[in-house]
Amino acid sequence: MTTNILPLLPIMIPFFAGIIMLFTGQRPLVHRVIATISSLLIIISAIWLVVLVHRNGTIATFLGDWAPPFGISVVIDMAAALLLLTTAIITLFTVIYSFQSIGVEREKFYYYVMVMFMISGVNGAFSTGDIFNMFVFFEVFLLASYVLITLGGTKIQLQEGFKYILVNMISSNFFVLALAYLYSVTGSLNMADIHTKLEGFEGDYSIMSLLAVVFLFVFATKAGVFPLYFWLPGSYYAPPMPVLVLFGALLTKVGIYAIARTYSLFFIDNVEFTHQMLLLLALATIIMGSIGALSYADMKRIIIYNILIAVGIILVGVAMMDKAGMLGAFYYLIHDMIIKAALFMLVGFLIYRTGETNAERLGGLIKIHPITGWMFFIAALSLAGVPPLPGFYGKLFIVQSTFANDNYIAGILVLISSLVVLYSVIRIFISAFWGEDMDFSRLKPVKSDKLLFASIAMVIVSVAFGLAADALYPMFEMAAQSFYDPASYSNYLPEVE
Amino acid sequence: MELITIILSGILIGSAVYMMLSKSVLRIIIGTALLSHGVHLMLLTMGQLKRGNIPVLDEEVSNYSDPLPQALILTAIVIAFALTAYILVLALRSYRELGTDDVEQMKGVPHDD
Amino acid sequence: MKNTLKKAGYNKVQKQMNDVFLQFTAKLVFFIVIMFSFNLFFAGHYTPGGGFVGGLLAAAALILLLIAYDRKTLESMVPIDFRLVITIGLVFAAGIPTLSFLFGTPFFTHQHTYVEIPVFGEVALHSAVLFDIGVFLTVAATALLIIVLVGEADE
Repeated sequence: MTTNILPLLPIMIPFFAGIIMLFTGQRPLVHRVIATISSLLIIISAIWLVVLVHRNGTIATFLGDWAPPFGISVVIDMAAALLLLTTAIITLFTVIYSFQSIGVEREKFYYYVMVMFMISGVNGAFSTGDIFNMFVFFEVFLLASYVLITLGGTKIQLQEGFKYILVNMISSNFFVLALAYLYSVTGSLNMADIHTKLEGFEGDYSIMSLLAVVFLFVFATKAGVFPLYFWLPGSYYAPPMPVLVLFGALLTKVGIYAIARTYSLFFIDNVEFTHQMLLLLALATIIMGSIGALSYADMKRIIIYNILIAVGIILVGVAMMDKAGMLGAFYYLIHDMIIKAALFMLVGFLIYRTGETNAERLGGLIKIHPITGWMFFIAALSLAGVPPLPGFYGKLFIVQSTFANDNYIAGILVLISSLVVLYSVIRIFISAFWGEDMDFSRLKPVKSDKLLFASIAMVIVSVAFGLAADALYPMFEMAAQSFYDPASYSNYLPEVE
Repeated sequence: MELITIILSGILIGSAVYMMLSKSVLRIIIGTALLSHGVHLMLLTMGQLKRGNIPVLDEEVSNYSDPLPQALILTAIVIAFALTAYILVLALRSYRELGTDDVEQMKGVPHDD
Repeated sequence: MKNTLKKAGYNKVQKQMNDVFLQFTAKLVFFIVIMFSFNLFFAGHYTPGGGFVGGLLAAAALILLLIAYDRKTLESMVPIDFRLVITIGLVFAAGIPTLSFLFGTPFFTHQHTYVEIPVFGEVALHSAVLFDIGVFLTVAATALLIIVLVGEADE
């Protein structure tokens, strides 16, 4: 019974929450309560899933009771379960953060409904075991994100939202094209089934390399990898902060997750070509992200370019595709989701408080907001990966894996990028919190207790994750195993033949 | 038969690219619609075209075509329909807010006055 | 119709527009189209058809009325809030598959049976129809809502 219901709860709870909110009409207060309660429920179900998967291994349910290779299956392995939990935590705090920052106008126009639909799609993309179903869930969360990015209808939102939608529509069309190719090559859409079929196949694999390029084109556009990240800085600059928190923390990560899944399950033969390509693009992403992060004084832009650096670092780990590499990539993925949310929230607080986005026009804020200042400092250290904080473990494993695979340049680039990250974020800290006092009378008297509660809670979650990293190691080992040893992912399929 | 549809979808995608490279927002939207048509045609072709019966369970039917690509296409068409509808509404809205439908002028950081 | 003509440069549009043909035909065709949409809807599952096509056709029928008359007339003919219809459709589309949890079967598992009804003979009953009603309502209402939104902007 639980195996049938539980895996679907993280998808269904936000969906039903959205529908209930639609029924209640334009009442922000009711929406707030429902959104908070449903995020709490998702957290509970995600924790339950993590415990269950830890105890019994992968959970799978088959929609409509169709046998696995034919029907749609929802498969939750450890990787999916951990990502669901992280998503749920971020959702809860973003919803709380939105109370005082998004504004009543947007709340009236179904902001929380769209957030919940988006979370439903993101959770679905994490937990589905069927590649076409993944496309559908991609579209679900993208559609919700299109509404979120244009919600409110300011000029910059409409302008950048149009570009965002256009880029994503084109890449979604290519997703369908890639699925068409994949279906004609393998005759199946179940990811685990495709893997077993390809593994037992003794012929020419060269067509799969072509497919690898098409799939990478699709997911790289969603994740913001080197040549295809061009839309990301502009589009992410437009929406208000809480939306940006969700986008920055979740959407690019879904793209990375999809790259990791497809590259571990489908493209297993011509690794020299496919994974080498991924590695090169990842390194280029790190470099471009670093240049961007160093060249702006705008706080929002610095953090947005830090997203690119993180995407690059995680993909270096994915490209290695061995135990240490995947372990590092996974640690860093979870860490980056949490800490990006925390940083965006803190920067958002600064922007709401001062009305400025340029860090150089701020100064001396530590006198007014000491706790926030030091939290920002901790978050900056955590982002860069200073030892007891969680970023360290991810980078350690990734660098270890690059050195073990003789990719010294990649390892060194990852290390140098941490310096860039540290410099770029600490620069915000120094100029905003230390230095010459700004004109404090210009500060806006905004209600900020919930903003601060959410952002400090996210920093605390990050620190706790760092301290508990050792205890969580078995879970991350399980999560990484389904990538570097894909047979362990696909063994939920019953033995046919 | 496959060759013809592949060429057809190539023509569709080619004209879609041509439309999307123009400056007018409306032409770009028509381009995305054409692109999705081309892609859906490709998806249909990939499930092998043949003269068969309807892909629905029936006792008399023995020569049926692969139902999966058709089911997939239906889903993809629904999604493309929703997206096209949304982007049309958005284009209209942004035309009235920004006062232009020329993508060349849609750059930089506009300010709300 | 009047607005479209005005936009196109026909400034002297009379108050009583002479589109009797369009309006009369629309009234007739509306029923044919909507009946066909119901036919397609009920044909679904075992034969071609289903909620999506049915919904689109139903929306097309209403849009025909919208073109022949104007928005106010349509609203008085069909006094429904489309947003509410979308929500109800979503409830059906998401709720019915979830009900299968009550039976302990996986999500989306449908129940079906055959019953004998005096006049019609053997009729298949399928819980997928309820799901399809949701799809029908959502699609029809969404299509209409978008057309109305775009049309509104013109005025």
